[in-house]
Amino acid sequence: MANENKIDKSQVKHVASLAKLEFDDADLGKFTTQLGEIMDLFNTLSEVDTDGVEPTFSVTDQFNTMREDVAVNSHQKDALLKNAPDTQDGYIRVPAIIDESEGAN
Amino acid sequence: MNFQTTIGLEVHVELKTNSKIFSPSPVAFGDDPNANTNVIDWGYPGVLPTTNKGVVESGIKAALALHAKIEQHNHFDRKNYFYPDNPKAYQITQSDKPIAHDGWIEIEVDGEKKKVGIAEMHIEEDAGKNTHNPNGYSFVDLNRQGTPLIEIVSKPDIASPDEAYAYLEALRQRVQFTGVSDVKMEEGSMRVDVNISIRPYGSDKFGTKTEIKNLNSFNYVRKGLAYEEKRQQQVLMSGGTIQQETRRFDEASGQTILMRVKEGADDYRYFPEPDLPALAISDDWIKSIGESMPEMPGKRRERYVKELGLKDYDAMVLTQTKEMSDFFDTTVKNGADPKMTANYLMGDVNAYLNDQQVDLQDTKLTPNNLAGMIKMISDGTISTKIAKKVFKAITQGEESVAWVKSKGLIQLSDPAQLTPIIKGVVDDNQQSVDDFKNGKDRAVGYLVGQVMKQTHGQANPKVVNQILMAELKSR
Repeated sequence: MANENKIDKSQVKHVASLAKLEFDDADLGKFTTQLGEIMDLFNTLSEVDTDGVEPTFSVTDQFNTMREDVAVNSHQKDALLKNAPDTQDGYIRVPAIIDESEGAN
Repeated sequence: MNFQTTIGLEVHVELKTNSKIFSPSPVAFGDDPNANTNVIDWGYPGVLPTTNKGVVESGIKAALALHAKIEQHNHFDRKNYFYPDNPKAYQITQSDKPIAHDGWIEIEVDGEKKKVGIAEMHIEEDAGKNTHNPNGYSFVDLNRQGTPLIEIVSKPDIASPDEAYAYLEALRQRVQFTGVSDVKMEEGSMRVDVNISIRPYGSDKFGTKTEIKNLNSFNYVRKGLAYEEKRQQQVLMSGGTIQQETRRFDEASGQTILMRVKEGADDYRYFPEPDLPALAISDDWIKSIGESMPEMPGKRRERYVKELGLKDYDAMVLTQTKEMSDFFDTTVKNGADPKMTANYLMGDVNAYLNDQQVDLQDTKLTPNNLAGMIKMISDGTISTKIAKKVFKAITQGEESVAWVKSKGLIQLSDPAQLTPIIKGVVDDNQQSVDDFKNGKDRAVGYLVGQVMKQTHGQANPKVVNQILMAELKSR
């Protein structure tokens, strides 16, 4: 049953590209095997009968843990920037981003 | 072949809360890069987000303004993507249980009214801002990271670029009245993504849609859609097919230009956000927010026409922003004539705002001072000519009634005071009296001018005319 969902190299390549990663052929083979094993493990979950069970959106049973809309400035700009790989004039400096069409919104 | 057009709009509105949606960092603009950030905004290991109650409240307000059904049990989802504007590598948004769904707003095109459906509305966080340099680097400022947004997704009910424009106007107006956002496209607090498809008339299957980006004003939205509508028609008429693609509107040429072809759905691997408990919005909360909602623009426009006797066009102009409409209401409440108030707001006040490039709420004008000025015009205390001077004074923060008194600008309307002056002028100008007797009406104008000169422009022209005519006839 586990073998039905075996993942292949092209899927690993796709997931890697989403994470902006590139692998050579040797690594690609290694990760395909490793990810396949992880997927096998997850696939055992599908053996559980979940008919009629409400989907779980959260493992906590809390609701409405909210804070009031009050602004607090951390004043930690310099400390925060220290952990950036590269900075300039208070900005995080990164390699040039060409395609602006990505992004969340 | 005739085609019908289907347009869907996704509108992002930036909320003007004090703090960010999941961290207490200030929401502010124009500060030094990264000054308004903390460990949560940077996605440092081990940090936990906490939902800002003010954002949920704003979401409820917007939902009510858009006649949407509030999903009382809703939760956040994680949208995964890698891009330097967001160090967490995911955006916290709402995907399968957004805060509201199935709303509508009314639009008007060429006098025809129509309801446009809202599919859903969700709350989410904005990303940081990247700037690019030609020297091989990009620069990231995370001040905007975590700024609260609501995204409003229309149903594909919009059938023309003009309807899209009207929808954006109506949406901007309603959201503006709730006060949750400034909704200004030029400042980025309102952003619009559009998609458009066409299909032969009568076909029940939607055509392939294209998405247009870089639409930075309502006008560009209309222009971009009009261009794209025509382009798709030409492609289909010449036997081609529409590709699912993203196009960019080029402001200079007014054309849309291919950016990239979409291959399959975006792979965002959504899943429920594990770091945030779900929301349970109570009936009481919705009720109390509903009771605090201001009267919406449509209702005000109707009231201005029916109860205050304004022209529909004037009522529409006055209800463009809540500030203008509130200003009008308070001025009228302070005793000013509604029609005169409307004329002043749409005339002198608007001209002043355009000239100074400011919003009404950022001026020194107050409803009380405008009402004082209008009441003085109505009861003849000042002439409309003097009112020009008073208006200038109240834009500088002067109190209208006190200022008129202190400057001695009160109009002379008392016949007991005016009669001797008029008699004197007539006595001194026998030639004009003769001219008048000989049917030269222009002589009257000259004599009125003389009276005005002697009273330094303060005589009430109407009263002067009456007394002068009587005087001339008696000679």
